[in-house]
Parts: sequence; C-alpha cells; structure tokens
Amino acid sequence: MIRSILTAAALFASASTLAADTLKMAVTTSFHNSGLSEILLPEIQKDIGLEVQLIVVGTGQAIRLGEAGDVDAILVHSRKAEEAFLEGGFGTHRREIMYNDFVLVGPSDDPAKIAGVETAKEALTAIAVNEAPFASRGDDSGTHKMELALWNTAGIDDTKRGTSWYNEAGAGMGATLNTAAGLNAYVLTDRASWLNFGNKQSLTLLFSGDPVLFNQYAFLPVNPEMHPHVKHDLAMNLENWLTSARAAELINSYTINGETLFTFNAEQMLKAAE
Amino acid sequence: MLEIWQGIQAAFWLIVTFDADLYEIAARSLFVTCSAVAIAALVGLPLGAWLAVSRYRFRRFVIAMLNALMGLPPVVVGLVVYLMLSRSGPFGVMGLLFTPWAMIIAQVIILTPLIASIAHQSIRDLWAEYHDLLISLNTTRSQRIKTLLWDSRRALLTAALAGFGRGIGEVGAIMIVGGNIDHVTRVMTTAIALETSKGDFALAIGLGFVLIGLAIAVNLALHVLSGTEVRDRW
Repeated sequence: MIRSILTAAALFASASTLAADTLKMAVTTSFHNSGLSEILLPEIQKDIGLEVQLIVVGTGQAIRLGEAGDVDAILVHSRKAEEAFLEGGFGTHRREIMYNDFVLVGPSDDPAKIAGVETAKEALTAIAVNEAPFASRGDDSGTHKMELALWNTAGIDDTKRGTSWYNEAGAGMGATLNTAAGLNAYVLTDRASWLNFGNKQSLTLLFSGDPVLFNQYAFLPVNPEMHPHVKHDLAMNLENWLTSARAAELINSYTINGETLFTFNAEQMLKAAE
Repeated sequence: MLEIWQGIQAAFWLIVTFDADLYEIAARSLFVTCSAVAIAALVGLPLGAWLAVSRYRFRRFVIAMLNALMGLPPVVVGLVVYLMLSRSGPFGVMGLLFTPWAMIIAQVIILTPLIASIAHQSIRDLWAEYHDLLISLNTTRSQRIKTLLWDSRRALLTAALAGFGRGIGEVGAIMIVGGNIDHVTRVMTTAIALETSKGDFALAIGLGFVLIGLAIAVNLALHVLSGTEVRDRW
C-alpha cells in the first residue's frame, strides 16, 4: 500500500516537469494574499494553456530570484528596485499592469487620531508623536520600501522610531497584519491584502486617498541573454495575456465586499518587446 | 480558542469530503519526507554503526560534531541548498530548484545527522554487549556492522521515526528551496504557513490537525507492520 502511495506521489512529483508549458514567476505577497492570483491563474491556463507557478515572496527576494535566473519573470511593485533590476541587465523591460493603493490600518479607537488628517505625512507624524504601536514589514519588500519613504518625507528617520512602539515584523504582508492585529498596532498595507485578510480583530481602515500612496504593479521578464534557460517566449505570452482586454475585465471586476481591489492600467498599444 | 474548534470542524470536513487539494498536499508531504527518511537512513544507519565499532583519532570530537549537527537549523540548510541549486550556483544547470527533489535534498541533509546520531547511540550500547562475542568469532568489521544493525533494528526504527517526525513537520528549509508553489511543491507545513499569513486560522489549524493525524497514522502503521507490542513480546 505504501508503495502504491509513493508511486502515485512520484507521478505527480514528476508531472510538473513533464508538462510542456510551465512558467515560474516570483510575485509579491501582497499580490497573492489579495486572492487575485487564484482568479487569474486558472483563466491563463484555460486561455493560453500556460501553467504559471507562483513563488510568493517580498519584492526584495523576488528581484533576487530574477537576478539569479531562478524564475522566468517577476511581478512586483517597487519602481526604484525595478529600475535598478533593468539597469543591471537582468530584465528585458518593465510593463505596468495594474495599480491599487496603500492604506493605513490601525486600532479602531485610533489613539493617534489619524482618521481625520489630510496627508500620509501628517498621519505618520501623529503616530510617531503619540508613540502609538506601529508594525512594519521590515523585509525589504515593496510595501516596506514605500513605508520607509513615507517616514523619510515626514522627517522621522531610523533613530527617531523608538523600539518601544515601532515593531519590525520581518515578514510578509499577511504575517505582518497578524502581528499588527495582535499588538493592536498601526500598519501600512496595500488595500487588496487588507480587504482579503481574515483576522482583522479590532483593526480598521483609518487613512487612505493621499496620491503618494499610489501602488503600481509591473511585470518584468528575466533577460534571456543573461540566463539562456529562461522561458522568454512564454513570459511574453503571459505578458500579452496580462495586458489584454480579457485580463483587464478580470482584474477590474475582482471585488471583495463590493470594493474594487485593483485597477488595470497597462497600455494596450505599447510595443511588447524591443 | 474558537479557531481551534473551527479547525477541528475544518479538518473533519476536508477529510470526509475527500478534498482533492488536501489529499494532494498530504501525499506530497509523505512523498518528500518518506523519500528523505529512506535516503537518510540508507546513509545514516551504516554510518552510525561504523562510528560505533571503529576506533580512530578524534573519535570524541567526531561524535560530538554528529550530535551537534542534529540541531542543524532548517532555515540555514534551506538557504545553503538554495544557493547550491540556484541557477547562479554550482548545481544550477540541473534545474532542481523549486521542485520536490530540492525539498528532498534539503531534508536529507537535515535528517541524516539525526538518524546517524540516534543509531550510533543505540548501537554503541549493543556493541559493548556483543564486543567479546563478535571478536572471539573472528568476524570482519562489515559482519559486525551487519549483525549490530540487525539486532538493534527496533532502536533503528525509532531513529527513522524520529527523522520522519522532524521531516514531516519541517517548514523552514522546504519553504526556501521548494517555493510553496501550488500543485508542485506545496506540502502540509507550507500550506499551514500560507493560510496563517492569510489570517485564515481555522483552515490553518484544520490542516495542522490533519498533519498530526498523518504522523500518528504513519507511526501506527509502521508499528503494526513490524509486529511490535504483540502479546508477551517487546
């Protein structure tokens, strides 16, 4: 009996290597935790016969996987890091796919009173002044980079963020939201992950709408000149699908509790590859 | 606390409705860990026996090292195996990263010292007992090793089960080298980590109960198959 189980297991362990069209893509935890990937992947499989295998990591690690040639493409959200990736010759190009926004989530009694402020800068300043607990990703992800940039614009650098209230989780979006829920702390998250998160406890969405909180997701195929084994053709097929009207419809119509999570903004007529 | 009750319910429904995804990842967990235990036992058991019957320089140091390696941090093993199997690493051309084979390699490295060390402990005791007999029979070293391995088979089963226990519950290494890809490298522990990160604690703990049940089932099955604890035997 054990042997037959093992045989069956060996069959599906090898099935993935036998299947012709599979593509490995490193994506950010916020993209996956939003639940959108579970909508898109089966449709991609149906429409272009491509099995996309997701490796869900922070943007920092996704870019490292792309640089090492361990994935065929990356889907991330940190413009500066993406441009450095392209400058290093690791990717062929950058194609914007969709956007959503970052939001500030916190305890519903809002001890730092950030619900009424005008800008993200003021909100963070209020959190720092009140030394209200704050949970940070701390993992070099796109969300973490955005958070650090916001602290910098508010003039609150590393040394002014005391360990008594500033907690670096060093984890993905979902894990950090769990930490924030446990500590009843403020946290910066993308809207999609927040809406799809199941353990909100007493946390609530307190601040959003500042234009600096814009969050663009982009698709970057790994450069086949740098890594000859990457499946560049398949990555281009995927890019064509992700920028198609079909993808636009699926992305724009993905809602949780009536709220739209992502907005499609790929430029349709853009020449795909140089 | 509510989540634990919901978790029990989730586990029950997943099992009785023959949830295809659950059975798939449970089978993959078993496949990865059983393969790793088999390979690690093939290397670790003779190694443990050889270390027990041989006399060599720095013996105490070697044994101490082996015991220390029982505590190898999985996340470090995962990172090293990742760097080896990465396309930019020495074995990158084999394309093993993010496949079940990479997960088996990482677990073999974690389990071999554990199995070898436990095997060595029990065989050392048996060797003290058999020493004069086996010497007087003028046996070769390989005959001694074979005899000791056979006669301490019950303790070696424990060594293998300890390895199985460490492997089936391990998440740090296989998360890094497997990538937790749905339908390819997702196993019980990485699925639990994923559901936890989504904040879906009920499903996470439900999967946890299934995993514990799986470990119990495997242990029970092996004990039944090896015919232990029957009537007056021990």
